[in-house]
Amino acid sequence: MTHLTLLDQAVFVLAAVVLFTCFALLTQARLVATLRTFAWQGGLVAAVTALMAAAHREPHLYVTAALTLVLKAGVIPWMLHRWVRRLGLDRHVESLASPPAVTLAGVGLVIFCYWVVLPIERMELTATRNVIAVSLAVVVLGLLMMVTRRQAVSQVVGFMAMENGLFLAAVTATSGMPLVVELGVAFDILVAAVLFGVFFLQIRDAIDSLDVDRLNRLAEGMEQE
Amino acid sequence: MDHLLSVWAWSLAVLQALLVLAAAPLLVGWVRRVKARLQNRKGPPLTQPYRELAKLLTKEALVAHTASPVFRAAPYIVFGATWIATATLPSLATGLPSAAVADVVVLAGFLALARFFLALAGLDVGTAFGGMGSSREMMISALAEPAMLTAVFTITMTAHTTNLSGVMEQLLGAPLALRPSILFALGALALVAIAETGRIPIDNPATHLELTMIHEAMILEYSGRHLALMEWAAQLKLLLYGTLIANVFFPWGVATVLKPSALAFAALALAGKLAVLGVLLALAETTLAKMRLFRAPLFLNLAFLLALLGMFSHVILEVGA
Amino acid sequence: MTDPALVLALGAVVVALAASSLAVSTCAWAERVGRLYFLLLGLTGVLAVAAGMGALTGGGTVATAQLPLGLPWLPWRVRLDALSGFFLVLIGIVTVAVALFGPGYVREFSRSRDPLWLLGGLTGLFLTGMLLVVLADDAFLFMVAWELMSVSSYFLVVFQHEHAANRRAAFLYLLMAHVGGLSILLGYGVLAAFGHGFTFEAMRAGELQPVWSSVAFGLAFLGFGTKAGLVPLHAWLPEAHPAAPSHVSALMSGVMLKVAVYGFIRFTFDLLGDARLGWGVTVLLVGSVSALMGVLYALMQHDLKRLLAYHSVENVGIIFIGLGLSLVFLSAGLTVAGVVALIAALYHTLNHALFKSLLFFGAGAVLHATHERDIDRMGGLLRRMPWTGLFFLVGCISISALPPFNGFVSEWLTFQAALQAWSLKSGVLRSLLPITAAMLAVTGALAAACFVKVYGVAFLGQARSRHVRRAREVSLGMRAGQALLAALCLLLGVLPTTVVGLLNPVSQLLLGQGLDPVTTESWLWLTPVPAEGASYGAPLVLLSLAVLWWGGRWLLARGPRAAVRRCDAWDCGFSPPNARMQYTATSFAQPIRRVFGPLFRIDERVETEGGRQRHFLHVEDRAWDLLYAPVARLVERSASRVVRLQTGQVRTYLAWSLATLLVLLWIIS
Repeated sequence: MTHLTLLDQAVFVLAAVVLFTCFALLTQARLVATLRTFAWQGGLVAAVTALMAAAHREPHLYVTAALTLVLKAGVIPWMLHRWVRRLGLDRHVESLASPPAVTLAGVGLVIFCYWVVLPIERMELTATRNVIAVSLAVVVLGLLMMVTRRQAVSQVVGFMAMENGLFLAAVTATSGMPLVVELGVAFDILVAAVLFGVFFLQIRDAIDSLDVDRLNRLAEGMEQE
Repeated sequence: MDHLLSVWAWSLAVLQALLVLAAAPLLVGWVRRVKARLQNRKGPPLTQPYRELAKLLTKEALVAHTASPVFRAAPYIVFGATWIATATLPSLATGLPSAAVADVVVLAGFLALARFFLALAGLDVGTAFGGMGSSREMMISALAEPAMLTAVFTITMTAHTTNLSGVMEQLLGAPLALRPSILFALGALALVAIAETGRIPIDNPATHLELTMIHEAMILEYSGRHLALMEWAAQLKLLLYGTLIANVFFPWGVATVLKPSALAFAALALAGKLAVLGVLLALAETTLAKMRLFRAPLFLNLAFLLALLGMFSHVILEVGA
Repeated sequence: MTDPALVLALGAVVVALAASSLAVSTCAWAERVGRLYFLLLGLTGVLAVAAGMGALTGGGTVATAQLPLGLPWLPWRVRLDALSGFFLVLIGIVTVAVALFGPGYVREFSRSRDPLWLLGGLTGLFLTGMLLVVLADDAFLFMVAWELMSVSSYFLVVFQHEHAANRRAAFLYLLMAHVGGLSILLGYGVLAAFGHGFTFEAMRAGELQPVWSSVAFGLAFLGFGTKAGLVPLHAWLPEAHPAAPSHVSALMSGVMLKVAVYGFIRFTFDLLGDARLGWGVTVLLVGSVSALMGVLYALMQHDLKRLLAYHSVENVGIIFIGLGLSLVFLSAGLTVAGVVALIAALYHTLNHALFKSLLFFGAGAVLHATHERDIDRMGGLLRRMPWTGLFFLVGCISISALPPFNGFVSEWLTFQAALQAWSLKSGVLRSLLPITAAMLAVTGALAAACFVKVYGVAFLGQARSRHVRRAREVSLGMRAGQALLAALCLLLGVLPTTVVGLLNPVSQLLLGQGLDPVTTESWLWLTPVPAEGASYGAPLVLLSLAVLWWGGRWLLARGPRAAVRRCDAWDCGFSPPNARMQYTATSFAQPIRRVFGPLFRIDERVETEGGRQRHFLHVEDRAWDLLYAPVARLVERSASRVVRLQTGQVRTYLAWSLATLLVLLWIIS
């Protein structure tokens, strides 16, 4: 641990906090608070990127960091928040069946991810390659969030969290992807967020709710026709 | 471990024990004072807790007809166990023989012993409030225990020892490193400390509102010297958790050699750290609202999750590197 | 046969048999016979302790002998080494305590129609079986003794057979004991096949293929785990143990479960040899789950003896956590940590024998004095039965793992072993072990909650029923039995280094290494790992607690100030509380029931009948509907298939016989 520079150590600390925000997302009951946590996560990922840029003298990562900060901590949460307000879900509280059980499942997944990633970490990549396990855990926890949530907006947040995890892995393990790719991905995410917004409206118009469990009734409805 | 049997070291240990005993009410007085100022009140003087203890110690002790000998023995055991726990904690210096008597697991054992008798005393008279307090206290402690031990284990995994004195020496000796595990452990331990010392948002030390109290419900039937001992034990417990957090996570200032100058500096440093922690506690208590009882498990789950994440970040991030 | 310790051990077996035959031969139980009988039991215990101590202090000597019994080509072999010695001590101590406690307790039965001679005879046989199990040196004698133990304890469970619940419990017990026994037999079969012989000597020498050694381990774990009451196979235990008379419950929970632990240790550590990581992890996980579920279910009980039986599940879980840790460390080649874990498990085995027997005696004394097993109907017993109350308190503190009593030492050692996790290479294990430690921590805290409940509701407060109000202190002998165990609980808590010194030969025998006392003042500090790592100064803890106690009283409550004024309870100024306003065991456990709700099957409702409302609460063990019921359904379904063979026509049956004969002939040809 101590042979790393302080900057690298700071990357570890922030990565661990990102993991914590994932758990916060998993168990957060209030929709608005979920969005706020998601914005924090985006900010943390941006901070990790900036730190990596400083630690490894990769100027193009600064651009990536700034882009991430603007998009993931600013624009996307703000857009989602606007959709939520427009759909009248500000005070929506989604109760999980058993938060401790979800948390435990998450803990198990973290251990599993670590176990899976072990062989990769033996490869000599950057000094901060240990973060790969955390990144994979962020991806898997995002997916777990999509599994446990019934609310379409929370599911979108889960999806975006997955993307955060992938991004974290790319930045910390290989000092980032080429700038063009990153710009493309960022743009994709933005477009996805817009599309999701449109979908929300469509779903709500169709079934008068954003509860994805009720989407299966569409199929039943068609059979009846 | 021959040095553990020297007279000088032992007398220092006794001195430290007496010092924490004397300092415990002061910390409570400080927290109350800061809280009062935050709420735009003038607040009682810092010495108010001492006066209360002195008053209670001279008063007659009343005991209910239905009370058994356990009721009268409990204050001594609760006070004794808490005091030993606080005294064995390295507050001023590492390497004192008292620290070898009890490592951190034994420390938790002492607190559990005190809690056991406190809860029994609550049930003894046979009132509904006492039983309610005991029942709640035992539930909260059962949930706090794993969080506390996991947090402590996270630190001991780094230091390879459960001896707190050793942990501090290790942390003092190592070059500065940002460890996510320690950060999480700090968070977990802070939450546990709040729950275990009966502060807002789990319990309110200032309330006698019947249905919300936990700690106060258990000691409702006590008076005179018995109540004084129980109150003093609670104050010691607050000091214990304060010192634990202050000295394990911010060990700078703790004396590693048993010289008077170093010890005096350590005392000052500890006082400073505790004063800051006291302000933070008062701030938290002023800004947070007390939770419903059945929200407390969520609070403690959060503590446990933090502790676990600390463990994972130690294993995944720190060891692998 | 020259080894004196072995002679003593066999003497204990003979005396136990003599006691048994004495009881059976009289048929009519007289006070005088009873006294002689319990004297013989006490002698058995003393002999067993002496033999065991001889083996433990004998510097690692192993004594073997051949008995002139058994089959012609397979004589019974006995062997006394440190491991058997340790378990002999354990059996012996509890037997002595039973001999002290028993006479007063069975007097109760002499007034009823229950045949006391039978109880005495069966108890003797039960004891003989357990002694022989730990002495056996070949699989044949082991299994015979094992079955003797199982069957005689079945009859002890069914002793009070007027109650249908007891008969049901006993049947379930017999069934599970036989499933377990069968599994053990198969396990030995695997070993015997590779070792070419039924003696343990041959089995030790046998070289097993990896797959088969795992199969043998699995069978043994299943068999011994069933007997020891590991979750999810535990469901018989809380039914069976409380059904027996209390001193027998003490023997069953305190000793018989330990014999199963003995069997597991003998099989895995001694006969099977090289530990595997997978075994360790399995044992560790099953142990953790048992510990947690055991204590959670115990919290939901309000029948005192059932509650104690569930705590046995918990404590066996803790023992297996220790054993699992030991296996994990050994498989990773970390012998020192493995030794710490094994010693912790053995220490806890001894501790549990002491405090669980003590608590069962306490429950027996309460039952004797009040005829009540339901805690919710007790209260205020401490003032009516001060001695029993004091000893029971000691038991409660010990089992809750609080310093300075013995339960704490073994739990501390287990924590220390788990904290050696940093030395493991695998990161997954490094994060798994602390989680186990956290489960152990929550178990300990819940156990404390449970015993606050038991003691607070049963012994403190006010009496909740008429029987309890009339309770009187039990006889001297019953108190003496409890006092002996309570004193040992304290002693083992205060002098851990001495006890670890006694346990060292066992670890020497099994792992070739013991814990060495690293400090000069080793009696003062217990330091299992390097001294800077962790230490526990138990004598100093007791000393400082005592000094503070006396000092505090001397300072604060001296002379005229010692007096206190008695008054009504304050209770926030409400009307004086009566007995019905107190918290009951059920209400005490309510918050925990709610928090851990998903782990139980709770049936809670308010029934209204005739304008009166009645609260109905039933908490059922999940093991029933998750494991037992499906298995039972499966058996029933397959049985109904098989039943089709039964046509009622003799010639059909003969046809089946013919077919079987032909197939068999074909196979052997």
